[in-house]
Formats: sequence, C-alpha cells, structure tokens
Amino acid sequence: MDILTCKILILLTLVVFVIPKNYHYLWGLMLHIGLITISSIWAIQSLFFSDLTLSKAFMPLMGHALFLEIDKLSAYFILVVNFTALTGIIYAKSYLEPYFKVKTKSEMALHFFSFLWLHISMLLVLMFRDALAFLIAWELMALSSFVLVIFESDKKETIKIGIQYLIQMHIGFVFILFAFLWAHTQAGAVFSFDGLFSYFETHNPLGLFVLFFVGFGIKAGFIPFHSWLPHAHPAAPSHVSGVMSGVMIKMGIFGILRVLTYIHHDFFYIGLLILSVSMISGILGVSMAIVQHDFKKLLAYHSIENIGIIGIGIGLGVIGMAVHIPVLTVLGFAGALLHVLNHSLFKSLLFYTAGSVYQQTKTRNIEKLGGLIKKMPVTALFFLLGSLAICGLPPFNGFISEFLIYSGIFKSLQPGGLFTDIILLFSFIGLVLIGGLAVFCFTKVFSIIFLGTPRSEKVSEAVEVDASMIMPDYMIGFMIVAIGILPSIFIYPLSMVVSQFSNDIILINQMIPILNKVGVISGIFIGLIGLLWILRAWQQRKHDVSQSATWGCAYTGADPALHQYTATSYAGNFIQLSNKIVNVNKDAIEFQESEIFPQEKAFETHSSDIFEDHLILKPVQKMLKWFERFAVFQTGRIQHYLLYALVFLIVIFVLTLLNWI
Amino acid sequence: MLGVLLILSSAIFFPGITAKVKARLGGRKMPHLFQPLFDVVRQFKKRTIYSPVTSIIFKMAPIIYFASVLVAIMLIPLGEQKGLISFDGDFVFFAYILALGRFMMIIGAMDTGSGFEGMGANREAFYALLVEPAFFILMGSMALFTGFPSFSDLYSNMHINTNLSYITGIAAIYVLMYTAMVENSRLPVDDPKTHLELTMIHEVMILDNSGFDLSLMYIASWLKFAVFGALISNFLIYTSWSIYIQIIVFYLIQFVFAVVVGMLESFRARNKMDKNPQWILMLSAISIVIFLTTLIITQKIILN
Repeated sequence: MDILTCKILILLTLVVFVIPKNYHYLWGLMLHIGLITISSIWAIQSLFFSDLTLSKAFMPLMGHALFLEIDKLSAYFILVVNFTALTGIIYAKSYLEPYFKVKTKSEMALHFFSFLWLHISMLLVLMFRDALAFLIAWELMALSSFVLVIFESDKKETIKIGIQYLIQMHIGFVFILFAFLWAHTQAGAVFSFDGLFSYFETHNPLGLFVLFFVGFGIKAGFIPFHSWLPHAHPAAPSHVSGVMSGVMIKMGIFGILRVLTYIHHDFFYIGLLILSVSMISGILGVSMAIVQHDFKKLLAYHSIENIGIIGIGIGLGVIGMAVHIPVLTVLGFAGALLHVLNHSLFKSLLFYTAGSVYQQTKTRNIEKLGGLIKKMPVTALFFLLGSLAICGLPPFNGFISEFLIYSGIFKSLQPGGLFTDIILLFSFIGLVLIGGLAVFCFTKVFSIIFLGTPRSEKVSEAVEVDASMIMPDYMIGFMIVAIGILPSIFIYPLSMVVSQFSNDIILINQMIPILNKVGVISGIFIGLIGLLWILRAWQQRKHDVSQSATWGCAYTGADPALHQYTATSYAGNFIQLSNKIVNVNKDAIEFQESEIFPQEKAFETHSSDIFEDHLILKPVQKMLKWFERFAVFQTGRIQHYLLYALVFLIVIFVLTLLNWI
Repeated sequence: MLGVLLILSSAIFFPGITAKVKARLGGRKMPHLFQPLFDVVRQFKKRTIYSPVTSIIFKMAPIIYFASVLVAIMLIPLGEQKGLISFDGDFVFFAYILALGRFMMIIGAMDTGSGFEGMGANREAFYALLVEPAFFILMGSMALFTGFPSFSDLYSNMHINTNLSYITGIAAIYVLMYTAMVENSRLPVDDPKTHLELTMIHEVMILDNSGFDLSLMYIASWLKFAVFGALISNFLIYTSWSIYIQIIVFYLIQFVFAVVVGMLESFRARNKMDKNPQWILMLSAISIVIFLTTLIITQKIILN
C-alpha cells in the first residue's frame, strides 16, 4: 500500500509540467509533504520500533526484485533529509516569487520537478542496497541538483559552474562504480552493498575503501575533492544551496558510513586516512572561508569545515575500533552523526537568511553591506543564531556534537597507547583551532553584513522578508535551541544508530546525566542573562539613557560608512599568518615616481583556492596545451584530410599484413 | 559553592592590589585598595549613552559577556570541593562559554561602526584563536595524567610526587598565567594604560560602553583574573590539607598572582603588535612540551 502511494507520488511529479504556473508551488509542496510523510513513517518505524531492517519490495530490476531497505542508519539520515527538504520548500515560496515574473512556465516547472527529484533521489540513495539501483539514484541526484544549480542560466558564469559541477560529480561516480565492480569481480559477490561484506572478509579493506572514500568524498566535499562546492553553492538559488549544503553533501558521509558497516578488521589505517583528510578539510576549509567576500561562497567553505568535523568524529570512531577503546568509537560516531543533523540545521538556516539578504540587496559582496540589522532584524537575529551554533558555542546544538567528540577524546587519552595519544592530541588541537577560526570568521561576517553603518546604497532599499521566508527560520531555530538545551532526548535515537558500529551502547547512555548537566548550566546561563537584563532596565530607569555619536577621535565630519573596519582589514592579520594557504593576491595601481598629480588609484584583493589551482586548473591547462599541438594536423584543406585517411588505411593494411592485428 | 564565593571575594581585591603594586613600583602614590571598586560603583550611578549606530547587539553584548564569566566561575573547583556544577568535560564547556562571551564582546564592538573598535575586536578574535589551543593541550595533559576529564577530578588526582611532575606543574602555571594575561588583554600583548586607540585591544573595544555596561565589563575582567588565579591555585593546593588551610592558601596565591601581574605590568614592555602571534603560539608550544612530558611520566614514552 505505502509502496503504491510512493510510486504514485513519484509519477505525479510529471504533472508539474502540465499544470498552470500558479499551481506549481502548491503541487510541489503537496508532493514533498507526501514523500516526507511516507518516508518519515518508515524511518520512525525502523529507528524506534523494530530491531530488524525494514525491507519493502519496490519494483523488479534486471530480473530480480529490488528492495527498499531501511536500517537505523538510513532511517536517521532520512529524517535529517526530510526536515531540511521541508524547510527548503517552505522557504522557496517567497524566494522564487521574483523569478516567477521573468521565467517561463516550463523553466519554473523544471525547477520544481528537479527539486522534487533531488528529494526523491536522496531518499532512494538512502534506501537502495543494490549497487545498480544505488548508482542510478546517485546519478539522478547529481542530475537533478545540476538542473537546480543552473537555475539562473541567463548568467554565463552559472552554466560554466554547472558543467564543472556535473563533471566532478561524474568523476566521483566513476570511482564508486569502479569500487563496486572491483568488489564484485574480486570476491564474486552480489553486485550490491551487501556484497561488500564477503569482499572485506577475505581482503585487506584499505584499497577498496580508498576508492569509495574518493568517490563519496567528492560529494561530501573533503579537501582536496572540494573544488565544485565553493562555486556551486553560491550559484544555486538559496533554498537549493540550503538543501545541497545541508543534506545533499551528507549523502557522501552516508556512503562512507555505509561502507564502514561492512568492514570488520584492519581499521587503523582507514581511520587514520579519514581523520587526516578531515583535519585538513576542517582547518583549511575554515581558513579559506575567512578570506571570502562573497557570503554564500564563505558559507560553502564552512560546509567543508563542518564535513571535516564530521569526518574527525568518524575517523576517531574507526581508530577507536582499531585500538579497542570503545568509548572513543561510541562517542566519535555519536558526535559525527549528531553533527550531521546539526550541520543540516544551522547551515540551512544560514543559507536561508543569507538568501533573504541577497534577495533584498541584490548583492553577495559583504563589503557592500552593513547595518542590515536595522532593516531586517529577524533575519539578522537568526543569522546570529546560526553563527553561534556553527561556531560550536553553548547553549546551542553545535556545541553538543563537538562536546561528544571532545569527551571521547579526553576519556581515551589514558587508556590509549603512545601513538593513539599523539593522534588524539592532534585531533583536539585541530578541533580547537577550527572552533577558534570559526569564531573569527563569523564575528567578521555577521558584523560586516548586519552591524555598523551601511557601506553602500544597496542596503537602503532592504526591508524585512516575507513571513513565509522567516517561518523555516523559526522551525530550524527551535531545533537548534532544543538540541542545545535538552540534548539528552536526542541521545536515544543516536544510540540506536551508533549500535550499528559498536555494541557498547551503554557508554553513550552514560553521557545522558552529563548532558543533562550541560542543559542545566545552559539554563542557569540564560537565567543569568535575563536577570542582568532586568537589573539594567531598573538601573537605567533611575539613571536615564541618552544618545550620542560613536567615538571617532572627535572627527565628526567624515562619512561614518568609510570609517568602519572592512572585511578585508578584519581578515588582514590572519592573512599575514596564513597566506601560503589562503593565497590572497593584491592588485593595485602603484604610485609612479614621475607622478606629480596622482591619477585615480585602484586596489583590490582576491583569493584563489590553491587546491583548485594545482589539482584542476593547472593540469587541465597543461593538458590543453599538449592537445593544442595536434592542431597542426587541422589545416583546413581537404587534400590533407584525404591524405590522413590514406595513411590510416595504409597503416592498417601493413599491420594486417604483418599479422599484428 | 565555596569555590564560587572564594573567587568572587578574591576578585574584589584583585584590581586594587595590582594597582597598588604598579603605583608603588612606578613611584606614585598608592591608590586606595578599593579604588577600582569605587570607580565601578560610580559607574553604576551614571546614565548610559548609546550611539545611534548601535543595535540590540550592543546592549546584549556586555550582559552575555558578564553572564558567561559568571557561569565559568561555577565550574571551578577548590581542592576537593567540586565546582557548583561539575561534569566530565566541564573544562570544554568552560572554554566554550568564555568563547561565547568573547564572540558577543567582539560583535558588540563591531556594532558601533567605529574603525578603532573594529581594530580592537579583530585583534581580540585573532589572539583568542591563537591562545585557545594552549589551554586545551594543558587540560589534555592533565586528563592523560589522571584519566579524568573533569576539573575537580583532574585536580584532586593530580598530586603524584615525581620530579617531572613538578617541572610540568611549573610550566603549567606559567602557561595558565600568561593565558590569563592574553585573555584579559594585558601585558605583554596589550597595555591597558596606553593612550592611543590604534595600539589597544581590550580598552578600545569598550570605548563606547558606558554606565551599567561599562561597569559589567570591568567586573568581568577582574573575575576572569580571579578565575585563572583559582585554576593556578588548584595546582598548588593539596587536598590532604584541612579546609581552612586550603582557603588561606587560596587567598595567598590569589594575592601573589595579583602582585605578580602588577610587577609584570611595571617591568615588562609591550610586544610589538605583529610579534604577538608568535609570542602567543609559544604558549601552545610549551603546552605541547607538557603533554610530551606527561607521556613520559605515564610511561607511554619509555626513556632509557
């Protein structure tokens, strides 16, 4: 019955092409809600009410039945995906309104169709075990998100970015395909995830795991496989960026976790690989975020950072299995899984609020903004909430997941051996640095966008966005605070998922009283803030409040907008320390000696991604140059081309004569 | 509970003692011990001035900053007395709640739209980011040493008398002391007595605060000193002593700490601003040495 409904829903997506433009949104919303309802029921069933994998025959494929299989890992991810898809489609209503006027009916229909299919394909990726079906769903996910990314296709840049995205997704696809085929041919196992079990039982898992890791890592955005991410997220409309960054890249994480469930020995190097790549992603991701001026690009780099944090959790978990420290395994995986949820919350919140800013100001350059908190107070406060959460600060959700990982680390220091301890040392230094850099970055971006005096006239026309764009903010904000203050209620579902990796679930239940205390102290903290607020109100009623301009060394005539700190200057001292990594270049017209009356000068800085430069752009350029040498053959004269054909025939003839082919 | 009371009470004396020492060494007439307190009381009686550029953030910032320091105090133990709230990993919470306070301070300063305050805010963010690892590595070493990831368990299981642990103890106190100086933006990273906005860090961030807000900022900085003083004194207090001796020793150490801060501020010059990052990273380097030494003590590294 539910499978039938599910199939009907999938077929009904086509209807969006034939109904009038006004109903597109409503139709999309309805189908999304249908999909969310069905899949969430399955997920909740599997997560809370059954110990077995929920298995439903979906359709026949290549002569055998294809099943939707939902275990606790899939169930958890399904719930995460559904929540973000829901907030995304709600947000889309007002965000897309300006586009309804300029885009044609079929363009809008295609957009909603792709958004639906992105949702469907993510759900299918989570439920298919059969390799062929999984790969088809994986490909659908890439295609639908490609169509979503090039929504603003009237800009040439967007198309270029879209194609780059599509190519990189397919490179990842090849790796995954190759990995499945390798396991299939080597172990003669069934062509599905379950087939990996027999391969891993008899072979060293490292090689095959690396293939999967690269394939899934391109989707997840681990450095150095990340270069599509900072381009695709800004190019896409904000509700799409929110969903892509919030949940689609997590499909890569899901893939890695899924593969890990089949490995049962030789963990150490796998863990070390995940951990070191994640540390690099985390630290470099946030470092590169600091120097960005485009706020959506900045958020995209933060996705890389957070994928890094998730990866640190997973890596530590795997190392815990290798060195037999169960507490590290349990808390590492629990932290990583909770961070998957947390990141999907605060990152989508940040993208939605950033989208609202973009809609109102038509610019993504933070140097042109400022003072927006007065125009868009609700959006500003939600952006602040998201910033605090993403920095991992209490009493919000980001802290809880990082706290779980920290607890795992500090509890394993004593039982661990020398090598383990050194790994742990590096991982917590990494986490601390990531946290500090994130604070640095978000104090910058929040204050430059929302505080101070407007830096350009773009801000003056901004007004607070529609209620329908703020509603998802409230939904996400509620979750962020709920996880931050009542973390222990989220531990039970987490422990269910972690049970797929470790049997020592009791260790995570031991965290409940600790997390309760975190909740209590967070409550005290909020109470203290309230108390102080009242105290000040009382004090200020007795001794009045007045207004006076900001202190500017008594210079009052200057333009206040020009006298502020800019994003570039805020990042300045950090760039000095880390320019090898962040690669900021300055373009300036210098003063000439002969210049008596100086001409107009210009100065600008821009950063480039060293990984993209050295791994993609430079090799491609070299390759192009090499290919260009063949251009001598392309003379444009028909006689030459005929000659080539003749030479080819002669060569073939000679080779056959000599029996070489 | 006792710990909280002790820290609060010692914080009252802290700035007075430091000021007295500085005046004495500078050859000036010593101020009254409670002069800083009188200043704050006067601030409480004054009206508040807000810049029209500022928003609600500017009003929230001092309050959240102050509350974060208060919450941090609740986590500090004294000898065997646990903090008001104690749990595994509480030092992570300690560091992160202080970071939250700092976050609000920074955006509060940026809210004024002043170039000076932007500069101070930026430096504060940058130095905090550099100093944070030192504290964590230190706590990590102690967790490695004792196997307990909470403040009170860390301290109460610390005292094993080997020569190496004395050395690490001294190094740890050194790191904690300078961490306190960086956290409070004092010498050698910043000179609170400087009179040029361009060279300030903390002082320039609170240029536009006044009245109630300003006094909260002042008190918070005293409290922060007392917190770090308490962290240091926990290293030196033996849990086997009777509680009265522990209290006396606690006050004594806070007193010595205040005097040392005063002396440091009198005799040391401020670092060049662009040398500060290197200097701060040195603290992390020392902490790593402590960590490695702890590995030796716990016999994970075996020396012949």
